[in-house]
Amino acid sequence: MDDSLVKNTAQNRMMKFDIKTMGPAIALLLLCIIGYLLNPAFASEGNITNLLTRSAFIGIIAVGATFVITAGGIDLSVGSMAAVISGVMIIIMNNAMSTFGGGVTTVLIGCGSSIILGLGAGWINGFLTTKGKIEAFIVTLGTMGIYRSLVTYFADGGTLSLDFAIRGTYRPVYYDSFFGLPIPVWVFAIVSVLGWMLLNRTAFGRYCMAIGSNEAVAKYSAVNVDRIKTLTYVIQGLCVSLATIIYVPRLGSASASTGVMWELEAIAAVIIGGTVLKGGYGRIGGTILGALILTTIGNILNFTDLISNYLNGTMQGLIIIIAVWLQRADFRSSNKTT
Amino acid sequence: MNLNKTLGAMLLGGALSLSGAALSQDMIRIGVSYPTPTHAWAAGMNWHAEKAAERIEALYPDIDIILVNSPDPSAQASALEDMVSVNQIDALVILPFESEPLTDPVLNVKASGAFITVVDRGLSQPGIEDIYVAGNNPELGRVSAEYMKGRLNSGDNIVILRGIPTVIDTERFDAFMAEIEGSGINVLDDKHANWNRDDGFEVMQDFLSRFPDIDAVWAQDDDIAIGVVAALKQAGRDGDGMFVVGGAGMKETIKSIMDGETLIPIDVLYPPAMLATAMDVTVAKFKSNGPVAGRYILGATLITQENAASFYFPDSPF
Repeated sequence: MDDSLVKNTAQNRMMKFDIKTMGPAIALLLLCIIGYLLNPAFASEGNITNLLTRSAFIGIIAVGATFVITAGGIDLSVGSMAAVISGVMIIIMNNAMSTFGGGVTTVLIGCGSSIILGLGAGWINGFLTTKGKIEAFIVTLGTMGIYRSLVTYFADGGTLSLDFAIRGTYRPVYYDSFFGLPIPVWVFAIVSVLGWMLLNRTAFGRYCMAIGSNEAVAKYSAVNVDRIKTLTYVIQGLCVSLATIIYVPRLGSASASTGVMWELEAIAAVIIGGTVLKGGYGRIGGTILGALILTTIGNILNFTDLISNYLNGTMQGLIIIIAVWLQRADFRSSNKTT
Repeated sequence: MNLNKTLGAMLLGGALSLSGAALSQDMIRIGVSYPTPTHAWAAGMNWHAEKAAERIEALYPDIDIILVNSPDPSAQASALEDMVSVNQIDALVILPFESEPLTDPVLNVKASGAFITVVDRGLSQPGIEDIYVAGNNPELGRVSAEYMKGRLNSGDNIVILRGIPTVIDTERFDAFMAEIEGSGINVLDDKHANWNRDDGFEVMQDFLSRFPDIDAVWAQDDDIAIGVVAALKQAGRDGDGMFVVGGAGMKETIKSIMDGETLIPIDVLYPPAMLATAMDVTVAKFKSNGPVAGRYILGATLITQENAASFYFPDSPF
């Protein structure tokens, strides 16, 4: 099934290149046109900047998820992981303030601990999946619950808040711009480019696709399957920690409601982008478009009162399904015969 | 153990349960059951309940308070069974997780002879509870609108950020709209921000891009208001007399009101201490000479710089 899909894609690359790979781009373009028609303020510079910045969290996490899903895994824990890493970062920075003050050192300590936590949490997911031989769905369902309740516990059921002295130092990481683009957008762009190179231009990327297509064949082809799979979860953890590093300075707080549903949004972004849910084929470029599409839907719904607030979920669901249908469905009957 | 021994000696006469309490007979046991806190307001409620339990037990040596929080409705139902069989409670104070699944379990507790106090969320059958204590959602909306009318003129524009689509949110919103009607204040639009800071931030960003002229924001909730303020500051639209009205009574918000913050000048209380209030009223049932049964609807007090200090609990998580 997977093999034929890959073969089919390769065969028809000349003919169908446009529709298959341009699907998410076309969907995003259509959404933007609808947004502009509903309210011209949609296309204002401020709104576009907001949109891109907002997409950064889900986008960065989704780049990591592309690797996990391409290699045939799934990670449901990313939203809870983001929440608990944000929470622990805040606790560490608040404690470091007494020794290092509210300056750059404290912020760097916070960011460093975030990266260590992200790598560690990702490794745990990977280790349990590969060496523990537990399905990724179950492992990450478990860690999802653990991380979510840990952040609730650390916050005593309430909200963890970053000390105001540190907030002053850290705030620019979210709010400042560099060459006209907000810093989170730069981080998103750099992560995307690195992710694209890793998936499409390295042996590691090819191994991910090979494992996702057929794990047994990859193993007989001398691919260290366990190591590669574990690495995909570590990359996912790193992406989550990068997302929290730009998330925390936004409001300087973390609570049990931080990152709720991010895992599903990240998975949706990956699939909208053209990556196959059962693995074997991944597209970073599509993932980025997928993240932008998801954020744009929410943005457009806030820009109009044509649709009842209660139907927001319906609109989101419809657009996700249509965006995937655009790339999967056979529009030309001739394809069936070739 | 001695059964039915010393009731006659009790000051409280027939008011106590005759169920044959086996432990020490002269203790009054009050079970307090509520959902495990998963958000800041509930964590505040938990804190106030714990403080109230300490205070009441210190004041009355013959009162024993059993606090139990449960993570879901069925766990809460089991906790109620334990309170009857193990703790042999004389009174129950309960904030039900959900009305429907807990109505029968509470009826069973009542059948054991216990005095019932229900908090905030009513049961699905009337007449079970002896005391009902609750916040006032419509009043929260009305008081917020009244304040807006006092600050704004006809023709001014406001936007509304709502909570999670639930009855609580609808009651607040409808009462707000009813009060604002006829004042000439334009409600540009309302969107759900789900009582959380991130959604408050994003929805407010979009409102700011969409509407060039906004004079005030009703955020309905202190968490949403924090997100709203961050968006206003980011867009540089926090000046010109702009103000935000939240709600609930978060300690950070109360503190900034005490300090004279102008962007969030007031707050409207939805008391996190309501469970503590309910415990006090229930204790009064055993200790007061006045009757206490009935419905206690707590006020949605307008918190201003003048009265903020009495609503400020720096040690509470909320």
